Amino acid sequence: MTVVARRAPSSRDLGGTLYVFAAGLVVVVVVGGILFSVLLSAFATSWFGGWFPDGYTDRWFRAAITDFDIPQILLSTAFITLAVAAVAVVIGVPAAYVLARRRFRGKAVVQILLLLPLLLPPITYGIPLATMLYEFRLAGSAAGVIIANLVPALPLVVLLLTPFFEQIDPNLERAARVLGASPRRVFTRVLVPLAAPGVLAAALTVVVRTLALFELTFLTSGPDSTTLVVALYYAAFAPGIRPSQQIDAMAVVYMATSLVLLLAALRFVNPTNMVVRVRR
Amino acid sequence: MSAPAARHEAAESAPALARRSRRGLDPTLLLIAPAALCVLGLFVYPFVYGLALSFQPYGDNEANGPLGSYLAFFGDPRERLSIWNTLRLAVPATFIDVAVALPLAYRLRRPVPGQRALGALFVIPMTLGTVLIAEGMLQFFGPAGWVNKSLLAVGLVHEPVRFLHNYLGTLISLLISDFPAVFLLLLGYAAGIDPALDKAARVLGASWWQRTRRVTLPMMAPGIAVAAALSFVATFSVFPSAVLVGNPAGETRVIAFAAWQAAYERFDYSEGSAIAIVMGVIELGLVAAALSLRAGGYRRMRTEGAR
Repeated sequence: MTVVARRAPSSRDLGGTLYVFAAGLVVVVVVGGILFSVLLSAFATSWFGGWFPDGYTDRWFRAAITDFDIPQILLSTAFITLAVAAVAVVIGVPAAYVLARRRFRGKAVVQILLLLPLLLPPITYGIPLATMLYEFRLAGSAAGVIIANLVPALPLVVLLLTPFFEQIDPNLERAARVLGASPRRVFTRVLVPLAAPGVLAAALTVVVRTLALFELTFLTSGPDSTTLVVALYYAAFAPGIRPSQQIDAMAVVYMATSLVLLLAALRFVNPTNMVVRVRR
Repeated sequence: MSAPAARHEAAESAPALARRSRRGLDPTLLLIAPAALCVLGLFVYPFVYGLALSFQPYGDNEANGPLGSYLAFFGDPRERLSIWNTLRLAVPATFIDVAVALPLAYRLRRPVPGQRALGALFVIPMTLGTVLIAEGMLQFFGPAGWVNKSLLAVGLVHEPVRFLHNYLGTLISLLISDFPAVFLLLLGYAAGIDPALDKAARVLGASWWQRTRRVTLPMMAPGIAVAAALSFVATFSVFPSAVLVGNPAGETRVIAFAAWQAAYERFDYSEGSAIAIVMGVIELGLVAAALSLRAGGYRRMRTEGAR
């Protein structure tokens, strides 16, 4: 049996560790407090003076489901996020493959163009984009919302998948070709199985991001093409019209949807990939 | 079989590339065309379209020539003020988030108990989104919310603090929702710093403060600049939280709200585009500065043999 000698942590090290845990505690208190008070309020009959609600009920959910037409919103949210992910994957995967395997003139320009929509805040390009979509009579429909959300989704797929294709050994493709596989067979039998986990992760990241992205859907959606987050904004934007518990119930629906997706995503995705790391 | 054979080549040498270009276009490159067209049509073209539109003033602004929409924005004190309103949110939010995240990211290079859980914890607010955070703040930070109840119970205040529908509420929501991105960016940079450098400085007798000032901070500088620039760009475009927990008619009438109001409440798409272009120019300038700084930082690090 070997004994591993451990260096005693210095006091500075301890200070750093304490700082990390203190910051973690602040996040738990603030974010946990926000989420938990929404959750309690959504189930509260009323909540005025006390630390906790006066009683519990599910009637705000029933009211929210009919008043905000939650089934319809969930349906259009699912349709829009999945469509954005599907289109972004179909267009983005070949582009990522080319960027990983080829050098060509203008590659740097293409890469910068693909980076910019991720670095610029959506509201900045969203206003001209929405104006253009209104001009083409696309805004207000699901198609318009999907097109607008593609702008950050497509670069995200390309950026996530380029390093993924880079680490797939090109010798595997060469070997398959030497053994007589046609290009299509190389694609379906070699590349697709190898790339599938990365593509799935990228698609899930797009779904999670599109679900949380407010601005583009807000600027382009119509009554039948809102997503949950925009519906929540409209509900919270008009306080006083509906009881706050009912808005909180809506927020809980949004939270639950995000949570389910996030748990699904975390099985396949490294959480740090949810944002683009500029440093590669 | 010659064209398809060229298709699945690995990254090629320069002579191979030259040979290829003499032979004509590599068909594989066509695979990138849809993505390139998408970005051109949906990102570049709208900007050009918006730019053109911003020089075609609408309504009353038409009398002031092609610059009418810009003149209307910069000429109206209330509109102009939106830039200041945005800056006084974005600058402190960026500064505080970077200051809090920097030691955190630097310490998390080395393992702490519960590393993975802590990392995930700091990233959670990003997945919630600004709207949910702002909506949740209405209860938590409200006059009867847990924050005010605790402050009253401890005796720090004698009447509820107004956290909502003002500058403070918007700043808090920005601090929460912007933090994860800053943290992740800095974490990426901190992870790239060789721990041996710190160790070497320690062996040579440098104190903690000397190591921080002479080793860590200079190494982190490009990362700090990039994180600060991107954080500023993100907070500069604050919109939903300025409305939900701010006072969009007054102190938190931010520039994104001004642009939205022009385009979608007054239906003056020209002025809306003009304001969006002003925003875009400020942000693009910062992004360009951050990216060039990053390139400079890399060069310096490589020549100094830091890696």
